[in-house]
Amino acid sequence: MNLIGEKISYKPDEQFHLNDVSFNFKKGNLYTILGRTLSGKTTLLKTIAGLLNPDQGSISFEEKDFIKIPVWERNVAMVYQQFINYPHLNVYENITFPLEQRKLSPEQIKKDVDEALKTVGLVGFENRKIQELSGGQQQRVALARSLAKKAKILLLDEPLVNLDYKLREQLREEFKRIFSEGLSQDTILIYSTTDPQEVMELNGEVIVLDEGKVLQKGPAKEIFENPSNLKVAEISNDPPMNVLKGSKNSKNLNFENISLEIPNHFKNLEDKDYNFGIRASEIKLDENGEEFEIELAEISGSETLLHLKRGNSKIIALIEEVMNFKIHEKVKINFNANKFYAFGEDEKLVSSPYGGTNG
Amino acid sequence: MSKLYTFLKYFFISFWTIFVVAPFLWAVSTSFKDFQSVNSKVTYIPWLDFEPTLEGWRVLIKSPAKGGVDIVEPYFNSIFVTCTASLISIVLGTLAAYALSRFTFKAGFVRNNDITFFFISQRIMPPIVLSIPFFIFLSTIGLLDSLLGLVVVYIVLLMPIAVWIMVDFFNRVPKELDETALIDGCNPYQAFYKVVLPNSIPGLIVAGMFCIIFGWIDFFFAFILTFTEVQLLPVKVVALNSSITPWWSLSASALVSVAPLIIVAFVVERYLSKGNLSGALK
Repeated sequence: MNLIGEKISYKPDEQFHLNDVSFNFKKGNLYTILGRTLSGKTTLLKTIAGLLNPDQGSISFEEKDFIKIPVWERNVAMVYQQFINYPHLNVYENITFPLEQRKLSPEQIKKDVDEALKTVGLVGFENRKIQELSGGQQQRVALARSLAKKAKILLLDEPLVNLDYKLREQLREEFKRIFSEGLSQDTILIYSTTDPQEVMELNGEVIVLDEGKVLQKGPAKEIFENPSNLKVAEISNDPPMNVLKGSKNSKNLNFENISLEIPNHFKNLEDKDYNFGIRASEIKLDENGEEFEIELAEISGSETLLHLKRGNSKIIALIEEVMNFKIHEKVKINFNANKFYAFGEDEKLVSSPYGGTNG
Repeated sequence: MSKLYTFLKYFFISFWTIFVVAPFLWAVSTSFKDFQSVNSKVTYIPWLDFEPTLEGWRVLIKSPAKGGVDIVEPYFNSIFVTCTASLISIVLGTLAAYALSRFTFKAGFVRNNDITFFFISQRIMPPIVLSIPFFIFLSTIGLLDSLLGLVVVYIVLLMPIAVWIMVDFFNRVPKELDETALIDGCNPYQAFYKVVLPNSIPGLIVAGMFCIIFGWIDFFFAFILTFTEVQLLPVKVVALNSSITPWWSLSASALVSVAPLIIVAFVVERYLSKGNLSGALK
């Protein structure tokens, strides 16, 4: 009864858009696809919807070969990152469109549409033209249309990316509510995004995609705590996880002429060269710390992002207050050694502060 | 500065309005004159300058036997040929344009752009180059000097315009709109006529207008491909010219020939500016 994809590849030109992707999506669950732009997220969703046919591999749903079923008979719903609605129809007609296409009874249509409008908070907007709505409202209409269909597979392709910051926060909150209330146990929800924060907040099963390849699969918490390699660590953190080339010996961790005490979870680590990973939020300003040069200071909201440099290493520190820094000024910082990750020279995870290793 | 600008603006608009409207007024005035009023001295205003007469207009509906020229039948011929050819061109052209915009064709070295260019290239040649093949073609299939033959030829002339305008228009309609329609349960044909077409009305209007204008004003092919059985309006109007140029009936026929285009232009202008149709898709 699951949506199963096996070894899906799609290569329309020189590069793979999907490269050997397999998945097993169960009903009633939320799946997020995390990846940077052009990582193949949209291609994967379009393949599931049936808008693209993969070159290789198979997709089956409810024990049927999905690839043989044309898009319009698949009963999927999709929300695009652009706000795609039917401009010639008003809000109400936009939402009834797929239901009328399925020839449901007028009473059923009215009931489903009213319910969907209520869920997305657009009651009273029925007769508005699409062009009169703001971006956020347009996206709500698109979402309402997808919800009203009660499709068994609901695909959301970066639905928040084209919205401004505030609206994104607000809709993200609402999405969590809608997903927990408005979906039946029959639905598979697949949500793609570039934003690690969205992934953590939605807290579903995650697939990390890069250049068409699946890098890691697992619950959001697992991806966050134990990224299987450096690439995943970069993609699943915003700002990306800092990487410091260094080594461990019997007494210390060494990088860029800095020595740190060996944290507990590194005690059993072999003495050799590693790529150490540390999140931007685990770096603090400290009078007694190590000296770094400021390359750039960005203030975002109530935080300051410091781009720092020492030797060949560039790192980003997240300071949780607004401070003014001068470029090329020297600051002293301290690393929280207990939150260090160690990746091998093959970039695979060797040790994490949360106890995970990669074989 | 802004006063000067306003002055210049209105000055230019007034000048241009006079420039455009004057010939029409001149033609209206002339159409009510007789031989005497046209040839003796320059006259402008009816009743003051000259005694108006309806003779110029009467000639147009009188049968040739009574000394008239009877443009009624050519008039309806022209309307029939223009409308039929435009309609067929729009229908076929829109379908072709949608296919060219949405699907990728490969045949040897031929790609979508080449096919689009092929359509447009029909309009690049001077009409006279096409006239001989058309003549031979129509005479072979026995459609020379017939309405149907003219419709066929006009479709060849008008469809490239429709294809050209509609390809450009469809390219601006986001592909995701079609995809959403497919996902929402439309098969490709339904996606086309239920979603893409209703959002393409401005393009259809523009394409239709161009087809009607180019069909209506054609003299060359109507002249070459018809003799006695069937006549179109432009040919008939030119045929009015005899040893004495009848300026009054020429003016009257010019006015009735241009009337449909003016009506079309006004209706379309209203329609295009009424709804924010052109802004329906970003």
